[in-house]
Amino acid sequence: MNKPFVVPVKLDSICQPPSSMVLLVDRAFRALARLGVIVILVLLAALVFEIGGKAIPGIQKYGLDFITGNVWDVNQHKFGILPAIWGTLYSALIALLIGGFFGISMAIFLTQDFLPPRLAAVFRTIVELLAAIPSVVYGLWGIYVVIPAIRPLTDWLHHSFGWIPFFGTTLSGPGLLPAALVLAIMILPTIAAVSQDALSAVPLKTKQAAHGMGTTHWEAILQVIVPAASTGIFGALVLGLGRALGETMALAMLIGNSNQISLSLFSPANTLAALLALNFPEAGPNEIEVLMYAALILMLITLSVNIAGSLIMAYAKRGNKK
Amino acid sequence: MKLRIAILGSILAAAALSAPVSQAQTAKAGDGATLTLRGAGATFPAPLYKKWIAAYRKVEPTTLVEYAPVGSGDGVKRFLADSVDFGASDAAMTDDQIASAKQGTVLVPATAGLIVLAYNLPGLNGPLKLSRDTYVALLMGKIPRWNDARIQATNPGLNLPDREIVVVARQDSSGTTFALTNHLSAVSPQWRDRGPGVGKVVAWPDNAMIVRGNEGVASRIKLSVGSVGYIEYSFARYLGLPTAHLENKEGRFVAPSDVVGETTLAANLNRIPANLRVFIPDPDGAESYPIISFSWLLLKERNADPAKAAALKRFVNWGLSEGQGLSSELGYIRLPANVAELGKAALTRVQ
Repeated sequence: MNKPFVVPVKLDSICQPPSSMVLLVDRAFRALARLGVIVILVLLAALVFEIGGKAIPGIQKYGLDFITGNVWDVNQHKFGILPAIWGTLYSALIALLIGGFFGISMAIFLTQDFLPPRLAAVFRTIVELLAAIPSVVYGLWGIYVVIPAIRPLTDWLHHSFGWIPFFGTTLSGPGLLPAALVLAIMILPTIAAVSQDALSAVPLKTKQAAHGMGTTHWEAILQVIVPAASTGIFGALVLGLGRALGETMALAMLIGNSNQISLSLFSPANTLAALLALNFPEAGPNEIEVLMYAALILMLITLSVNIAGSLIMAYAKRGNKK
Repeated sequence: MKLRIAILGSILAAAALSAPVSQAQTAKAGDGATLTLRGAGATFPAPLYKKWIAAYRKVEPTTLVEYAPVGSGDGVKRFLADSVDFGASDAAMTDDQIASAKQGTVLVPATAGLIVLAYNLPGLNGPLKLSRDTYVALLMGKIPRWNDARIQATNPGLNLPDREIVVVARQDSSGTTFALTNHLSAVSPQWRDRGPGVGKVVAWPDNAMIVRGNEGVASRIKLSVGSVGYIEYSFARYLGLPTAHLENKEGRFVAPSDVVGETTLAANLNRIPANLRVFIPDPDGAESYPIISFSWLLLKERNADPAKAAALKRFVNWGLSEGQGLSSELGYIRLPANVAELGKAALTRVQ
């Protein structure tokens, strides 16, 4: 494949051609890296194959009704996951709105000279530490801190603005809003970290040029720097959304596990991941196939979100270069 | 969750106290001396079984009993698959299931308990009283809010809040669900014919929260304001959840308690079939609480390992005698003497 390049040996030079040992290590590393890539691809293919294969009987039996149905009744063999799809998308979108807003704000705050660099580094580390907290701890925190804390507010919203569908029910405990709030905090480190990288990558010249044009600090940030970093920030949001769609443990504890489609933020709901986690432990053969089908749908949703994100980013990059 | 942690804590504590002695003994006696009996099933009697197991370690340190509370449905399944030494179910077993058990089945009633409707309504100025029609309608999801006229009718002085009613129900295949729906079908033709009917898994209202296990329902009620759900009485008592007074057959509102449970059982055990499978869907008696269930241990008639069978018989025998003394402190109902004797007699069939 690659011919080791040959350099004529000059005895008076301090340079030496790579020894055969170095070349060997080089080649071995390359092979290892290639193997790693192949293993990952094979693993992914095996996963899709395994889940898809086990889902086939379910797909044949229930077809599209599975996606559009809203009854989950093991006794009557009726399975529909529309409420779970709805809950997955609804909770992830709300989490993305909240987490995205705070994550990007935080990235701007930490990269645009609002803080002395050392302090900014400390804050950055603290935000990144959020990513190290286990999901189950977030779940418990949601149950014992978030729910009691937001209940008075939600009661007030319901009794004052109950005619707005978003506030149409009372918050009893676990429900969509507490789940989305905790989810927002969980995706915050991802969004903040990736956005920070994007913002730091904006060349200093661009910033100086903006200031030179006579913009204020905020005008420079909002009209020049953020647009220049928009591709990276968008990528951060897509990554955050992907994480929000697949999050399981905290949501299984907080979403309320209730198979309904409701616009109300205070209603208990369900998500695909929570449905899977709750139903797998004692599922019989009939149920395994529908759960595999549900897993496949979840995978398709996250995959299409990521592909759409990459496509938009690629498109935006091309647009920038023109 | 708290309950589970507390139970775990007490077991660990008990184990820590007894471990140094027993482990030293078993270590001397050699590996063959310690027998482990594995069981799985109902969550309804799980706190009592855990207590039995902890207490029994002091009686017979060489026998370790393990119990996995996975729900009655799964308990029966594992028993039939022969993957446990004993099963447990509050719905006993159906005739078909008994017939399909290759090793033969002995049903031993181990304890009994009341199924209560526990609720979470902070600041309520008194116990909630629910008539038969009301609690059927409530569990069918037909009463949207707590301050509904149908609930207020039986609770004239109560400050019922303007809150949504959220039913908390079981997701797993459950004997507690079976006992509850068996009662509801007995008192309401609508529930039986046009509603969810009887089963270990039934369809609940759309906005119901569906969770696993008695302990799951109990902790979910504890943290959800405006929720109501069905659990075994001891779980409500342990978490300090208020329980509704339910209207019995004679039209009286009865509060659940272990004493009421004993009265209810005493008034309703006129005939016990040979297989010891007794359901009391709608108990008689003016002082009786309306929803009550036995909980059974499922034992194999023919066991592969005679030493295990003997140890299991000793354990169950202990549970049916000394073990009953631990019932009322947790909120379970002591088995009537005649039932316990019938259970012990049935044990002799286990080989």
